[in-house]
Amino acid sequence: MQALFRNPVVAALTALAVVILIGSTIAIVPETRQAVIVRFGEPVRIINPYHANERFGSTGAGVAVRIPFAEQIVWIDKRIQSVEMERQQVLSTDQLRLQVDAFARYRITNPLRMYISAGTEERVADALRPILGSALRNELGKRTFVALLSPERGQVMNNIEAGLNRVARQYGAEVIDVRIKRADLPDGTPLQSAFQRMRTARQQEALTIRAQGEKQAQIIRADADAGAANIYAASFGKDPSFYDFYRAMQAYRRTFNAQSGGQTNIILSPDNEFLREFQGR
Amino acid sequence: MSKKNFALPRFIASVAAPILAMAGGPWGGKPQDDAQDGDKPGDGSGTGPRNPWTQPPGGGRGGERPADRPSLFDDLLRRSRERFGGGRGPGGAEPGSPEVRSLWPIALAVILVLWVIMTCFHRIGPQERGVVLQLGKYSRTLSPGIGFTLPAPFETVDSVDVEEIRTIDVGSVGDGAENLVLTGDQNIIDLAYSVRWNIRDAELYMFQLADPDSTIREVAESAMRSVVATVSLPEALGAGRTDIEQRVEQRMQEILDGYRSGVRVQGVAIKQADPPEAVNDAFKEVSAAQQAAQTYMNEARAYAQQLAARAQGEAAAFDKVYEQYRLSPEVTRRRMYYETMEAVLADTDKTVVEPRGVVPYLPLPEVKRRSAGAEAQSPAVGANAQGGQ
Repeated sequence: MQALFRNPVVAALTALAVVILIGSTIAIVPETRQAVIVRFGEPVRIINPYHANERFGSTGAGVAVRIPFAEQIVWIDKRIQSVEMERQQVLSTDQLRLQVDAFARYRITNPLRMYISAGTEERVADALRPILGSALRNELGKRTFVALLSPERGQVMNNIEAGLNRVARQYGAEVIDVRIKRADLPDGTPLQSAFQRMRTARQQEALTIRAQGEKQAQIIRADADAGAANIYAASFGKDPSFYDFYRAMQAYRRTFNAQSGGQTNIILSPDNEFLREFQGR
Repeated sequence: MSKKNFALPRFIASVAAPILAMAGGPWGGKPQDDAQDGDKPGDGSGTGPRNPWTQPPGGGRGGERPADRPSLFDDLLRRSRERFGGGRGPGGAEPGSPEVRSLWPIALAVILVLWVIMTCFHRIGPQERGVVLQLGKYSRTLSPGIGFTLPAPFETVDSVDVEEIRTIDVGSVGDGAENLVLTGDQNIIDLAYSVRWNIRDAELYMFQLADPDSTIREVAESAMRSVVATVSLPEALGAGRTDIEQRVEQRMQEILDGYRSGVRVQGVAIKQADPPEAVNDAFKEVSAAQQAAQTYMNEARAYAQQLAARAQGEAAAFDKVYEQYRLSPEVTRRRMYYETMEAVLADTDKTVVEPRGVVPYLPLPEVKRRSAGAEAQSPAVGANAQGGQ
């Protein structure tokens, strides 16, 4: 026996066999995965299944033992995964189109059911994607365009989530939430007409602002005129006849002023008040 | 070299040998296990050089080494038993085997010691947390400092930077691509914003989400759009920005907490909220109109100021004169009359027409020409010019 182990070839083969045996017996299950042990195609047990609110460290992760060669391990992700819906055009009840991107987050909570009904994780995502799309279209199609933008959207999402969850449960998955990532107007006419509407709204605003500005300016001027008239009246009203004289003197100075340009010829009659003393009486 | 110097490494080797043998299990195992376990040593924190060194014991054993392993182990065990008087290793020792005197045992021992040192001690930086996995199972989280764990295959450490603020940019400032978002009043704005976040809980971050980074991005987009869909265009463009940022931050945190993602949203910053390029001109028109309206009002205010000042000035002048006038009306009145007439008539051409009752024809152009030529008084007849009073 000992002599046999001394033989390098035998020793190497033995070591290899041991290594393979250990490798196919012991498996390490990480925290992020659930494992379904399948014996000859039949699932026999689940290691590290998901439980809500479990604490890491007290999960089933760690070393797993299986019967070598007879039992296979099917790995299933334990984490939250997402399925994205490709852009969908949704028609609202008021016949407006909206392009919607949505995503759903789910977690496989029943690995056994998932293994039996879907086989692989990709097939779960593939199964959920079209259902998400149709649920979204149906639910959003019942709403008006404005409602799609409003906070009412939360209710829509809950309905979609409930619908999607019914299907997901058949695949051992649980939908955590459904969210609309984007909701845009489609390119082309709808977008352009929206732009046109925005543009005209702005032009209207611009004209209104301008008109308001003019109105305000006019009011300011009128107020000023009124104020000035008030000041003049209060002052000149004390003696209208003196005002008449005083203002006339000012007017003469200004109108007959040579400096203001233009020649002035004054033809005076000897009866003129100014020339009264001229006649030497 | 003295005997004592040899003793320690050999002892460690004798202890480490079975560990190594067990460690060989996953590595030498089936391919499906390789894919999972092969990267474990590489996941460790900051022990870069470990990999090349560990390669020989790990990868090479399947090849030529097993040939001399039993005898090597036997040799080590036997000698250690001789020194310490006890059977340290598992069974299989063979007292009768010949001693193998080569460098292999020493090299192996050195490698083992290094391996143990490298994988037991972990330097966790001040901004890091080390998540310790015990054979794949979460065991504990190492705080900054030096952390101790079992050697590599049994416990591995994944260190995560929890302080670093990561930034996700959605939309972009400047280039042609627009990130169009619908507002509550069905208008469209071009939005660019960034989200800052860090890891609050290292183990949740590592174990809960399949793809944390893209999840955060999607959540950010979703939250931003749902918040912007509740505000009006003017709010989104200006006044409501801070409010939007806060609401998005809050909403994102709610959603991410719902996933138990271990992520903290530090802040949302709207870098740009502009009308789309296609309607930008119309928006500029509005601001031009606002400017114009301001201009009109400014002009009107200037006019008002001018007018008021002049009115006050004239009124004040009149008042002052009137005060004096009241003291002696007749004299003041005559004085003002004469002064004014003097000033007026001093600078003008004057014609005094003597005879009464003559209504002459006055050729005005001639008067003009003559007055331009000379100062001489013309004998021409003129109409009556009535003086004041």
